[in-house]
Amino acid sequence: MSEREKILGRIREALKVKAPRPGSHGDPLVQAAAEPPVSHARDWLPSVGASVEEQFAMFARNAADLKAEFQLFAGRDELRAALVSLCAAEKWRRIASHGGELTDFACQAIGLPVTLTDRGYDVQAMEKCDAGITECDALIAQTGGVVVNSRGAGGRALSVLPPHHVVIARREQLVADLPAAFARLQSKYAPDFPSMISFITGPSRTGDIERILVLGAHGPKKLTILCL
Amino acid sequence: MSSFVSQFKTLAGEKTRDLRHRQVIRTALRSYEVVRDKRKAAFQSWEFARQAAAETKWEAVNHLDTHLEALVAKLEARGTKVHWASTGAQACAIIAQILRDQKAHSIIKSKAMTSEEIHLNHALEQEGFTVVESDLGEFIVQLRHEPPYHIVFPSMHLTRGEIQDLFQKELGDAPSDSPEELTMVARRVMRQKYLTADVGFTGANFAIAETGMISITENEGNARLTAALPKTMITLLGIEKILPRFADLALFLPMLATAGAGQPMTCYNTMYSGPRQPGECDGPEAWHVVLLDNRRTELLADAEQRDALHCIRCGACLNVCPIFRNVGGHTYGTTYSGPVGSVITPHLRGLQDWKHLSNASSLCGACTEACPVKIDLHHHLLQNRRNASVSEPAFFERLAYKLFSIVANEPKFWSLAKKLGWLTQPLQKAVKGSALDPAKAWTKTRDLPPMPKESFKDWWRNRK
Amino acid sequence: MFRRNRMTITLFIPCFIDALFPRAGISMVEILERLGHSVVCPEAIACCGQPPFNSGYWEEARTIAGPVLEKLADAEAVVIGSGSCGAMLKNFYPELFANTPQAELAKKVSARTWEFSDFLVSKLGVTDLGAKFPHKVTFHDGCHGLRELGIKAAPRALLGKVRGLEFVELMEESCCGFGGTFSAKFPMISTAMGEVKCAAAAETGADYIISNDSSCLMHIQGLLSRQGSPIKTIHLAEVLNQQ
Repeated sequence: MSEREKILGRIREALKVKAPRPGSHGDPLVQAAAEPPVSHARDWLPSVGASVEEQFAMFARNAADLKAEFQLFAGRDELRAALVSLCAAEKWRRIASHGGELTDFACQAIGLPVTLTDRGYDVQAMEKCDAGITECDALIAQTGGVVVNSRGAGGRALSVLPPHHVVIARREQLVADLPAAFARLQSKYAPDFPSMISFITGPSRTGDIERILVLGAHGPKKLTILCL
Repeated sequence: MSSFVSQFKTLAGEKTRDLRHRQVIRTALRSYEVVRDKRKAAFQSWEFARQAAAETKWEAVNHLDTHLEALVAKLEARGTKVHWASTGAQACAIIAQILRDQKAHSIIKSKAMTSEEIHLNHALEQEGFTVVESDLGEFIVQLRHEPPYHIVFPSMHLTRGEIQDLFQKELGDAPSDSPEELTMVARRVMRQKYLTADVGFTGANFAIAETGMISITENEGNARLTAALPKTMITLLGIEKILPRFADLALFLPMLATAGAGQPMTCYNTMYSGPRQPGECDGPEAWHVVLLDNRRTELLADAEQRDALHCIRCGACLNVCPIFRNVGGHTYGTTYSGPVGSVITPHLRGLQDWKHLSNASSLCGACTEACPVKIDLHHHLLQNRRNASVSEPAFFERLAYKLFSIVANEPKFWSLAKKLGWLTQPLQKAVKGSALDPAKAWTKTRDLPPMPKESFKDWWRNRK
Repeated sequence: MFRRNRMTITLFIPCFIDALFPRAGISMVEILERLGHSVVCPEAIACCGQPPFNSGYWEEARTIAGPVLEKLADAEAVVIGSGSCGAMLKNFYPELFANTPQAELAKKVSARTWEFSDFLVSKLGVTDLGAKFPHKVTFHDGCHGLRELGIKAAPRALLGKVRGLEFVELMEESCCGFGGTFSAKFPMISTAMGEVKCAAAAETGADYIISNDSSCLMHIQGLLSRQGSPIKTIHLAEVLNQQ
């Protein structure tokens, strides 16, 4: 018998005895509700305003708490100007990015040499870049975080290897809360998901030394979210 | 007395007297308590969320066979190689074989308590492989050649000064004792290791049956890099980590972050559904997922305590536990310390050897109250005590309770016992705290209350 | 005072209140009688059986608890001045006697059992007992009362009506370290927990630590006396009985 069969066999044997449901006070007859328990998660998670304005305000507040930069722009000219001044302020010399409508615009605006990941890339070269510029799947008002994936955001490393991660997003990518973000990913990709989906909530951090917050433990020290 | 209990008592004695340790842990957890309470309050209903999380985990664990099969089918369909290991030794052997097949030398590892459980680093180092822990806290304790102090905060027992000295000694680089600068030292050391490692090793926080995904939660980005750069990726997964649906993460991710570290969300929550797929530009060419039983099915077979498999390893029960806070993580001598460790270790490593952990509790219930998935932790400690005394009763303890029950059931004996207590009080005072004192376990550090001549029952009888 | 709904209350006196802290028991009798109820106290009950139960010796626990159940079978209300023993009767008796001939009786007694402060506030609807206690105090929630029985508001509501009393909450809501036989099996851990509790109490600047559980107070007082601390401990019922 294979280990797989042995383990599954032990599990089936063990499950012959029913365990009481949580909160049933030991009564094995208490039945589960018909729908999945998390169906109402929205009602219990931190509340989010109904209007888009409220949600953007919440996203901005949460991002600031996480020490991420967030800016909302009225048009492409504003975005271009912001990228140019960011590049100058941070003294970037080289950036990494991927092909995409928004990232192409951003790279053009910045006008520095770019390591593009789309057709494979040299890891050492990316490591020397000052910033990684990506698109994203969603901004989440409830958490102030963004969602990226390995297919639409330049692979697995681009959003964590360079010391500064810049996300270029569109307004309509904002979702209210985590259940909405998961629903959006599921409807967009299932069953053919990108091999990596990452919820990024603020720049890399650690508290492993005396529980004191330090940014940029291994991933980016800075996270900038620019939204059109 | 087993060697495990005597070691526990010795270390507990040392740590409880160590007032500096008490202060370091208290300070570290104080800031956690403040942010945790704030984040919990931000939930519209933390209590309903807990109930839903408990029910979701119940569903997952009580249909574990079908969920595991669904998970594995989905993983394999996208090119992931799945391995099954009944024991820790088997899992270590499987992983070593993968490394040999890859002709790998260096392994970069992100934090995984499951790997601590099976002593993976030791097994791989025996075979000549170099294993580097990339999580900062794990890296620090690896340099000290000690196990993690806490399942979420591995190095919380160390001060910045101790870490500076350690980095100076081991890395020759420690410009100051500032946490910022010390973190940057580790960052520099680790960067090149990511770029050159042959294999990346990770643990897992959740496995999604519906979509065939492994979800990894971390703050530093080290697991992200571990799963991005090396050509081969290996993930070790305890079979109980299952969640039925993708959407379940919408609740579990913020709850894990809130209970574990007082964060709204952990910085990186990443779902992996395969190795590098066609059209993707990076990621490992091969991904091996090793499913580990290692006596989890024994715990599963105990329906009364099956909910202990709901554990999401957030560490909340450790943080609130007055025992953990006073004896510290290393005293337990187990991979999983604190209340959940005291509950599950007897199942994983044998009840008679580890029952003392269930006895070393005042049953205060702070753990149960803190648990985000509502594991009935302190009652399981009580059940472990019962199971231990049924399977192997302690002769004198049982005798003492038999005598006690005779005294308690016969008012004359009970009256006599009180009289004797009152009469021998001066004698007891004379030998207080010494070897002759039958109550010295108490009186060494505490006074006994003076016993009044008239008991309540005397008063009651007299007034009637 | 409240002559309507006169009840016959069965007072369960835990072993340590009987032998060591009779003032707490006497205060409960006097308070309940002043409220117009009659109090009975089964003299043949010495202990609820918690020590063997908590040590895992459930059979021995049943030999104590079984006769207790019979003696309480006809009680209208069972009132206990200890959250710990209260939890034993209310929560653990049904578990201890599950699948035994006394299972139904255990459930019946459980349903009629009350911790003292909860009984006053939730059952009798009384908070002001006309007490006077001109001291600065803090309150220790015994863990069983707090988490097994969920009692937190009742003692505070009662203390809120005591004249002259200044109330300060403890910064840390943590166990005092008593834990029954735990205090003797692992004295070093138990003592360390108690020291944390005493330090927290000292930080409040209180003169008294009040609790609804004498067993916790025995532990805290034992440490305070050894440390030579001026802080005193007192059972809630004794405070409420100070006129």
